[in-house]
This record gives sequence, C-alpha cells and structure tokens, in this order.
Amino acid sequence: MSHILAAAPSGTNTDSIAVATIFWILAVISVGAALAMILVRRAVHCAIMLAVVMLCLATMYAMQGAPFLAFVQIIVYTGAVLMLFLFVIMLIGISSSDSVVETIKGQRAAAGLAAIGLFVILILGIGHAAIGPAARTTAANNVDNLTGLARLIFTTYVFPFEVTGALLITAAVGAMVLAHRERTTPKPTQRDLAARRLASGHLAPDPSPGVYALHDAADRPALLPDGSTSELSVSQTLAPRDPYEETPPVRPELPASATTEAES
Amino acid sequence: MTTLHTVVATGALKLSWLLLAFPLFGAVVLLLGGRRTNRWGHLLGVAMPVAALVYGLIAFFALLGDTHRSQDQHLYTFIQVGRLTVPMGLQVDQLSISFVLLITGVGSLIHIYSVGYMANDPQRRRFFGYMNLFLAAMLLLVLSDNYLGLYIGWEGVGLASYLLIGFYQYRNTAAVAAKKAFIANRVGDAGLTLAIFLMFSEFGTVTFTGVFGSVGSGGSGVATALGLLLLLGACGKSAQVPLQSWLLDAMEGPTPVSALIHAATMVTAGVYLLVRSNPILALTPTARLAITVVGAVTLLFGAIIGCAKDDIKKALAGSTMSQIGYMTLAAGLGPAGYVFAIAHLLAHGFFKAGLFLGAGSVMHGMNDEVNMRKYGGLARLLPVTYVTFALGYLAIIGIPPFSGFFTKDPIIEAAFDKGGTSGAILGTCAVIGAAITAFYMSRVMLMTWYGKRRWSGEAESGEPHESTEPGAEHAGAPHPHESPATMIWPMILLAVGSVGAGAFLILGQRYEDFLGPVTGFPPTSHGIWSVSGVVTLILVLLAAGLAWVRYGRVPVPAVAPPGRPLTVAARKDLYGDAFNESVLMRPGQWLTRLSVFFDNRGVDGLVNTLAAAVGGTSGRVRKLQTGFVRSYALSMFFGAAVLVALLLVVRL
Amino acid sequence: MSPIHYVTLSVILFVIGGVGVLVRRNAIVVFMCIELMLNACNLAFVAFARLHGNLDGQVIAFFVMVVAAAEVVVGLAILMAIFRARRSASVDDANLLKY
Repeated sequence: MSHILAAAPSGTNTDSIAVATIFWILAVISVGAALAMILVRRAVHCAIMLAVVMLCLATMYAMQGAPFLAFVQIIVYTGAVLMLFLFVIMLIGISSSDSVVETIKGQRAAAGLAAIGLFVILILGIGHAAIGPAARTTAANNVDNLTGLARLIFTTYVFPFEVTGALLITAAVGAMVLAHRERTTPKPTQRDLAARRLASGHLAPDPSPGVYALHDAADRPALLPDGSTSELSVSQTLAPRDPYEETPPVRPELPASATTEAES
Repeated sequence: MTTLHTVVATGALKLSWLLLAFPLFGAVVLLLGGRRTNRWGHLLGVAMPVAALVYGLIAFFALLGDTHRSQDQHLYTFIQVGRLTVPMGLQVDQLSISFVLLITGVGSLIHIYSVGYMANDPQRRRFFGYMNLFLAAMLLLVLSDNYLGLYIGWEGVGLASYLLIGFYQYRNTAAVAAKKAFIANRVGDAGLTLAIFLMFSEFGTVTFTGVFGSVGSGGSGVATALGLLLLLGACGKSAQVPLQSWLLDAMEGPTPVSALIHAATMVTAGVYLLVRSNPILALTPTARLAITVVGAVTLLFGAIIGCAKDDIKKALAGSTMSQIGYMTLAAGLGPAGYVFAIAHLLAHGFFKAGLFLGAGSVMHGMNDEVNMRKYGGLARLLPVTYVTFALGYLAIIGIPPFSGFFTKDPIIEAAFDKGGTSGAILGTCAVIGAAITAFYMSRVMLMTWYGKRRWSGEAESGEPHESTEPGAEHAGAPHPHESPATMIWPMILLAVGSVGAGAFLILGQRYEDFLGPVTGFPPTSHGIWSVSGVVTLILVLLAAGLAWVRYGRVPVPAVAPPGRPLTVAARKDLYGDAFNESVLMRPGQWLTRLSVFFDNRGVDGLVNTLAAAVGGTSGRVRKLQTGFVRSYALSMFFGAAVLVALLLVVRL
Repeated sequence: MSPIHYVTLSVILFVIGGVGVLVRRNAIVVFMCIELMLNACNLAFVAFARLHGNLDGQVIAFFVMVVAAAEVVVGLAILMAIFRARRSASVDDANLLKY
C-alpha cells in the first residue's frame, strides 16, 4: 500500500486504475453513509454512519499523499471526537429519536431547494475554475510528508499553531466550567460516610456481582460445589462456625452527634 | 372744492384732547372701580358728557371766527414703522365740530334720561361706564385727523355697541343680537381695513391731508376702489343694504342705547366717513353712483319693514334705517348733497332720539311692553311724552315748519338735480320713501296714542318680544303713568330741536356756508318751496290719511292678522336674515364641514394610513422571526448560496 | 483521480451535511452534520494541496481538525448543560426569539 501512498504526489497515471477503483467505491460508500446519516432516526445510528464517512475520508487522504492527516483523522477525529459524541448520546438519552413529522412549514422543501441551488452554483464555479491535473512537487517539497508538514507548521504557520493551542486550553477549561455542577449540599466527609455505614447496619461492602456467598466473615468457611464446607478456607486460629447460622446484626449505641451528620 | 387750510391749534382749541379725556376718564373709573362706585357712578357718568359738551361749545365758538381753517392738534406719534408713520392727532373743523356738538349734546340729554330710566337696574353703574366708553370712541372717530385713528374709534363704537346691546346678559336674545351686530359690523370693517391698506400702499400715508393731497395722482381706478371699500365700511356701520340685518335686532338693548347709538350717533358714523372722504369720492363717479343706489334701496327697504312691525322699537329702527338711507343718498350726490346729508343727520339726531326716548317712556309706564297692539289711547295718560313724541313725528314725516321738511326736501331736490335717468329714479324713490315714512309713522302714532285702550289687567305672558328688564317697577298689570323729571326734561329739550333744528340750519344757507369749506358748496340753491317739495308734501298727507283710514277709524286687532305677501315679507325683515343665512351662513357651514371632512379623512387619513401601513407591515414582517434555529440556519444557507453566486458573477 | 473529483465529492458531502443541519431536530445529530461539513471542507483542502503541489492545504486541514475538536468539546458541554436544565435535546425548544 505504501507505494500507492507515496506515488500520489507525482501525479502520474501509474496505479491509477487501482486508485480510481478505490476512489469510486469509497465515494459511493461515503455518500451513501452521509445520506443515511441524515435520514436515520436514532442518534446512535447517525454516529455510526459518521464514523463510516470519516474512515472513508481518511483513506482518501492517504490516497492523496497525506498519510499524517489520514492517521490524525482516524485517531483524533474518529477515535476521540466521535467517541465524545457517543458519550454524550449515552448521557443524554441513547434512545432519543426525532419524530418524522416536520414542525416548521416548508422547511424541508426550502432546505432541498437551497441544497440543490448551492450544489449547482458550486459545481458551476468549480467547473469554470481551472482545475488541472495534480502538480508536480517542487524541490522544496520533495521530502516526506511528515517533515514537510512539520516544517510548515513551525515556520510559516507557527502563529496559528500557538493560537490554536491557546484555543484548546480555553476549550478544555470552558467545558469544565460548563459541565460543572455546584453542590447544593455540603460534601459528606469520611466521618459522615462512616457514620452512615454504621447506622445502616451494613458494615461491610456488598459482595461484587457474581458472588453467591451469604456472608464473607473470616470465620465462616467457604462452600464447595456440592454444598459441603471447606475447612481449608478458615484460618487455624479461628473456630469455624456454622455457615448457615444467622447472626443478628450488630447495632452499637451511637452518640447524638453522629446521627445528625448522617445525611444522604 | 374744499378750500380748507390746516393750521396748528391755538388758544382754547389746544385742549381739544379734553373732549376725549372726559368720557374716557369716566369709563375707566366706572368700569375699573367696580361696585364701589355704584352709589355715585351715574352722577359721574352724566358729568363727563356734560363737561365734554361744555368744552365742545367753547371750541365751537372759538372756531366760528375762522371757518376757512381746520385746527389740528398733534398729540403724539402713534406708529412709526418703516415707511408707515401714523400720528395721533385731533382735527377740529366744521364737520367734526358739528358731530361733536351732536354727540355730546344729545348724548348728555340721553345720559340724564338714563338716570331715571335705569333707576331700578342694579347694573346702572356698568351701563354708564359703557355709555361713556362709547362717547369717547365716537368722539375719537370724528375728531381724528387720520384714517387709522378713525378706525380705532370705529372699532371702539362697535365694541361699545356690542356691550350695550348685550347689556341684559342673562337674556339669550340679547346676547345673540349683540353678536349679530358685531359680526355684521365686522364685514363692513373689512372694507374699511382694505381701504386703509390701499391708501398706505398707494400713497404711503393715512392722514387726511396726506391722502387727499395725493389721491389725484393715484388714478381713477384707485379712487374707485377706495370709494367702494369705504362704502362697504359705511354699510356695515350704518346698517345699509346689504349689511342691514343687525339694526332691528339691536333693539334688544335698553332704550337709551337705541336712542343714542342706533339712532343719533353710531349709525351715522358711516355717513361721516363718506362725507369726510369727499376728495376721494370727487374723483370717482362710479363709487358715487353706487353710494346713491345703496342709499335709495335702503330707504325703501327700511320704510317697507317699518310698516309691518308691531314692536314700537323695531318700527322706529326701520325708520332709522330709512332715514340714514336718505343721508347716504345725499352723500352720493357729491357737493350738491354733502351739506344736506349732514344737516339731515343733525336734525335726525334730534327727532329720532326724541322718538326713542318717548318710546322708552311709554315702555316705562306700560311695564316694558313693546307690542303696540297692547297700547292705545295713551295720549291722556302720558301727556308730556305724547306732545314730544308728536312733535318728533311731525318732524320726521316732513311737515313744515318742522325740521324734517327743511332737511329732507333739499335731498330730494338734489337727487332730481342730478339729471338723467339716474336722477329721476333716485328722486322718485326718495319721494315714495317719504310717503311710506308718513304712512308707518302715522300708524305708530295712531296705534300708540289714540283709540281704545287695548291692554288687559293681568300680567302678560308668552309674548315673543316682551322685554322684561330687571327691577321693573310694576310687575303684573300695567299702570301707565308719566315718567319722572329726569326722563321728561331731556325729551322736552330734544323736542325743541325737533321743531327748530331744521329751519335753523337750512334757512339762509346758514349751514351751507358753515360746512361748505369742508365739503364743497352746493351748486344751486333752492328756495323753501319747490315742485318736488310740494308733491312730496301732498303725498305725505295722503299717506297719513290712508294710515288713519286703516288704523284710526277701525279698531286695531289685538293679534296681528295674517297679511298679504308683502306684509309677511316685511314682518320677516324682507327676508334679510333668510338671505344672509342661505347665501353666507350655509355655504360657510358647508365650507367648514368640508374642511373638517377633508382634515379628518384626507390629512388624518393620510397620516393614519401611513401609521397603519407601518404597523401592518411590521405585523407581517415580524412573522419572519419564528424563533427556530433551523429557520435562521436556512436563511444563512441561502445567504451563503447567494454570496457564492455573486462571487461567480463577479469573477465571470 | 484528478483533484476535481475529490472536490466534487467534497461539495456533495458538504451539501448533504447542510441539509442535515436544516432538517434534523436532535441537537447532537445537528452537531454531527456540522462535523460532516467540516470533514468535507478538509477533503477539499487536501485535494487543493495536491493540486498545487505544496502542503499548505494539508496544514490548514490539520488546523481545521484541531479547531473542530475544540469546538466539539465546548459544544457538547453546552449541550449537556442545556439538557440538564431543560431535559430536552431538541433545537426547536430554544425558540424564545419568536415574535
């Protein structure tokens, strides 16, 4: 595959059949996925379709001699940004779906009209523009993609680079501020939590899921699959107890201050 | 041609402003002093016109020595703005002194009469305040030496007339009549205002000397315009057709008001204006013809109305309208008529005031009843009033040797002397008018003083024109009695004038020579008797006889019988009110309603439509904001498509 | 394949992603459609990088990826916060700008 990736900048006709085939397949898939994306009801399905489109585009970047961009597209865009979308869908409502009925009169017709209009105008513009075959790379650009990009970013475009960095920091801070929720009640301290645990009578944590044990005290033997106890599970220093014996829960006397702090 | 020179006043005439100051002082004290002056207010109110009269006589005698000069007294400069300089000055010449004596003389007598007539009215002090205000304004009118000062006086007498007609404020008819008088006057005032504007724009000055000196250079168009505008002003003030509708309603005021303002003085201000403006009228035969036509129409108009009125005051008001028509007719005849117009004006002041005061005396005795159908046979009960009234009656219908004969006949003769068809028509109108005057005045005399007594014992009720002044002495049945001395003596003195004033003025061309320098001398001088005079006298006697046949021999019905169409028309003031209403008022109302409609629908509609459009548009456009993010995303998408398209278009 | 094919494919994917943004109501699905559009742009960048023969397009695509990652982080945090408050992940619920 790498020769396909490396051959693209020269703009020769070698490998063009393969490139054309891949292009047409990917183009159909991406357009189909995009159309599906705007037509399906559930938000999760839209996200999946968008992922498909993004992957197709990554491949096209690779075909056009932008391997770095292709990988960034997959890693950052599809892997991070789209996952972020999925997280938010999870938080908001995974089954939230639009109704088919359009509430604004004439919106769909107007949208279709605008879309067709814009499409025609853009195609006209592109058709008139002088778009020829791919140009040959110059001597300065005849380095591999990553070096060339690095050179550009850190010389010509260093200022936008710095600004974009600041933008990212700002975005992160902004997101934190926006998603922050003020506590309306004071945060329970460890003392509060401990008092609550004592008050509930449920001193030990619950068994993790999949555990069928009734008790997990150290002096209770474990059960074997046939129902018998295993003496090996209790320490020698302790006296084993009946595994089926029920003991009443321990409820110590609590001072008055502890109860008032026990809020949910 | 006037041969008058203007000199600065000297000697006693330097104090001519006192003539204004006395009544103005009285008005200010009485009106601003309020109820505190109630006890002695009427005495001050009488003293001021008497003081003015005294000074007027002094000024008159001072003027007699030098009749070719007009004494001017410059008081101060009233307005000095740009090109316009208006002085406040007083001009004492023969014309103004004649009016001053008439105003203060007859005015003082009527003030004295009012002391007794308004004795029971708690508002008497306010009455005297208004009367003094009127005197001050009227004196300013006749004494001013420029048209603007005249206009101030003009408006002042209009105001005083409004206040006095509406004196009985609680009475709705009085308030309406006052408003009607003021508004009709206002229409005429517009004419006078425009004339003053025209004078300023053409001649640059509004003083008499300035205007009369330069009117020759203006051209006959300007002179005609001025003449017609001044005629319009005179019509309003003197109640000539077409602005005559207010005079009969003005009888709502107290009787002394009717006597002074609406008989002797204010209504004659129009004639004063025309005679004073004789240099302007000399240049415009058109305006003079219009003046004579107005005068002739009015004298017949007033006479016909006076024949059908049962209210004694309204009958006398119709008579006033008719007599002023004579004066206006004379004023339109040029120098041939000015002197006789003023002479008739002075004589008319005496006998008409006397007739009105007599009517007031009758009303005083008859419990303020004005309907002559409720009079009858009062000659025995009010003897002094009867005699003075009879003398005034003989004067007005023109029986020699009383005043009217001497002053009315020259007017008729001057009308015939005008020559041509116009002269013949005018003269005939005047003669017919004299005959009708005799008819209706004889009717008044017969219904009031002779015949059976037609009043009943109980109180009157439901009469349309009954004037119930407050504090009437006798509520209930009328007990006719002679009036007190304060009312009797002015009537007697006025009767003296009724008898002798005409002869005094006309015989020996006394008044012609006196007034000639101001107005021009009449070209031909007739003797006492002339053909038209004899014919007029015969017709007058026949008309008086006809009145006796209709009203003297046959008992007067208590209720007015339905009359022939002319009588019905005359009872309705010859449809003067109906005409005003349909020609002026209704179109005015429609015009205002149209404007309101246009304002509401058109202007407001425009503004409201704009607001509604904005509101409606925004109401529709805001629906674009659905609030859905996807709609906004859609518009962004479209926008992006448009942007790309534009880019392509630009680059292609 | 000449780059034009890749660019055309990129256009198709971009438009499909755009329609998805406009039509779907679930906020997470909308977000994923936006990611699709970004990926389509990345493909176009890489195709142009090959067209011009230098690596600038790839560097830009790299930065786009980084920024997209940061954007996803913050966007999903916002989504979580909204979901916690409103219990709904539908974009149509935020319609307070409605007239």
